[in-house]
Amino acid sequence: MTQNLENLPKGLNPEDLVDIYAKMVLIRTLDERIWAMNRQGKAAIVASSQGHEAAQLASVWALRHHSEDYFCFTYYRDLAVTVAQGLTPTETLLGFLAKEGEPMSGARQFPQHGAILDKKVINISNVVSTHIPHAVGWALAAKMRGDKTVVAAYMGDGATSQGEVHEAMNFASVLKLPVVFIVENNKYAISVPQHKQMNVKQISSRAAGYGMTGVTVDGTDVIASYEACAEAVERAARGKGPSLVELEVERYLPHTSDDDDSVYRAKAEIDEARKRDPLVKLKDLLASAGLMTDERDVELRESARREIDAATDAAEAAPFPSDRDVLEHVFEEVR
Amino acid sequence: MAMMTVIEAVREAMREEMQRDASVFVLGEDVGRRGGVFLATQGFIDEFGEERVIDTPLAEAAIAGVAVGAAMSGMRPIAEVQFGDFVFPVFNQIVGEAARIRYGTKGKISVPMVLRIPYGGHIRGGLFHSQSPEAYFAHTPGLQVLCPATPYDAKGLLKAAIRSNDPVVFLEHKRTYRAVRGEVPDGDYVVPIGVADIKRYGDAATIITYGLTMHYSLQAAEVLAAEGIEIEVIDLRTVSPIDRDTVLESVRKTNRVLVVHEDNIALGVGAEVSALIAEHAFGNLDAPVMRVAGPDIPAMPFAPTLEAAYMPTADKIEAGLRRLLEY
Ligand SMILES: Cc1ncc(C[n+]2csc(CCOP(=O)(O)OP(=O)(O)O)c2C)c(N)n1
Ligand SMILES: [Mg+2]
Repeated sequence: MTQNLENLPKGLNPEDLVDIYAKMVLIRTLDERIWAMNRQGKAAIVASSQGHEAAQLASVWALRHHSEDYFCFTYYRDLAVTVAQGLTPTETLLGFLAKEGEPMSGARQFPQHGAILDKKVINISNVVSTHIPHAVGWALAAKMRGDKTVVAAYMGDGATSQGEVHEAMNFASVLKLPVVFIVENNKYAISVPQHKQMNVKQISSRAAGYGMTGVTVDGTDVIASYEACAEAVERAARGKGPSLVELEVERYLPHTSDDDDSVYRAKAEIDEARKRDPLVKLKDLLASAGLMTDERDVELRESARREIDAATDAAEAAPFPSDRDVLEHVFEEVR
Repeated sequence: MAMMTVIEAVREAMREEMQRDASVFVLGEDVGRRGGVFLATQGFIDEFGEERVIDTPLAEAAIAGVAVGAAMSGMRPIAEVQFGDFVFPVFNQIVGEAARIRYGTKGKISVPMVLRIPYGGHIRGGLFHSQSPEAYFAHTPGLQVLCPATPYDAKGLLKAAIRSNDPVVFLEHKRTYRAVRGEVPDGDYVVPIGVADIKRYGDAATIITYGLTMHYSLQAAEVLAAEGIEIEVIDLRTVSPIDRDTVLESVRKTNRVLVVHEDNIALGVGAEVSALIAEHAFGNLDAPVMRVAGPDIPAMPFAPTLEAAYMPTADKIEAGLRRLLEY
């Protein structure tokens, strides 16, 4: 079956899909490595992005193509966002191993937490949903200054139950702020399934209650995800206010490396979910359009493995941070 | 010099800072056309416009959280919570988030915001409009907690707070708003954060206090002065970080200390002050450090008799001083 890629959404080219696929291969390889290093006792904690990659990468590409500038407020599962934004595999692994030179927090925080301002990513907190008002505040500041930043606020399905998400969405909508609320709905919050989390099928249905546009799409489908995000980004960029984009994804691994999902999730369900693996889906799509061959795919995987091997070596060789400055940066001036 | 009330001083500080710096703005419930429930932002909407004087939805966590986000991106928001008793929805954002963002990014991001909180009782505010929440915040490294008592300090400290690159919890005692008048210099000045002020000099004993009870302490000191007993009154002004030097120096001079605050006694600011003195000036003490503070009941009750039973008034402070001096 061949597929033509002529009817791609505005701004998305076939070459983008090839680039996204290459990134996805790199990130999956990295994610698998991190998980393995946890099992080797080297990485203390991991929340895997496996199954979320298409949604995350599509959102980044949409932000790039449809805004003059943007900023991402991510959460712990957004490895594909941070890497697409330029956090290198070595820097990423320095974080997972809590090593000196980790750029987001100096390894003061869990991996993927802190800030990389030059790469437009902030992920301050482990307290679920506290960053959503921050994203709104960042957008408010951008609007006040008259700059053209669109802010992407990422969260999970469970996170949407928090009061601060409600408050922040209402606030953003009343003030017509340039925010895209991106919900990566993997249908679980640790062990709690969606039907125990909320009494609606689609989280995006709540958008109406805030007077904003909401949409739900298949988050394992890069093209659908891109299209939904692009529309929301454009609305924000045009001063039309926030939107809620729900991307239905899969979580292939337990919540984190500390979780045992076998007690609450049937293996058959995960096997079923694997059938829509975003990596496989995108590869098949590219192959059917004549943009990917098995040989090229093997090359990509090989090159990703080499890059991650080198990053692993570099991160393992790095020392742990010195405790010399553990008392610093409480205030601007040392007191 | 101009005579003004505390609320006028607060308003002047914000107005001047908003005129001086376009990144300063206010947000909160009713701060716009209404000018805030205590009129702290009266007239601001006409002078600065809706963009910088933001009437927010009734949602304190968002008010604080949005302020945190705007501050992270370089603005200088002044967020208002209408009453100290309604500050708990912002706890997550201020204690949990704002306080550790500089630390958690190893200095890359700061949070130059001010959270303004009208607080305190003796105004017939009852259980939910009287509370003194300073100790909750003062326990948190990364926050600066200010409790001015006079118009001069309110204006100078609020300006310092707005210019600070770290988050400030700014507590304004509601009873002082209109009841306390004082001289405020014309033009720009700041009162440094973290520096206490000796409001009255004396040698018989030291009262360490802040907020409304600073005024009641001065009244009590006047009563003893009529008997020839001179009490030193230290106004902490900043309850975190505490000005240890001023406190300890006074203890070394007077050798007797009474800590006074309206907040309830257990684990309040007075507990920290007492511990500091015990650790660093034990040998200078002629009597144990004593405290006059609110009783350990959840908050100040409503009926006048019950409120009076709670409130550390000048009478109670005077009695406390006599106990201390007799020891
Ligand atoms: C306020 C708060 N409550 C609980 C937790 C513990 N916790 C961490 S992640 C999580 C589940 C979040 O699920 P979801 O938002 O769906 O994101 P996902 O992990 O599925 O991507 C919980 C309960 C927390 N970190 N913060
Ligand atoms: Mg989830």
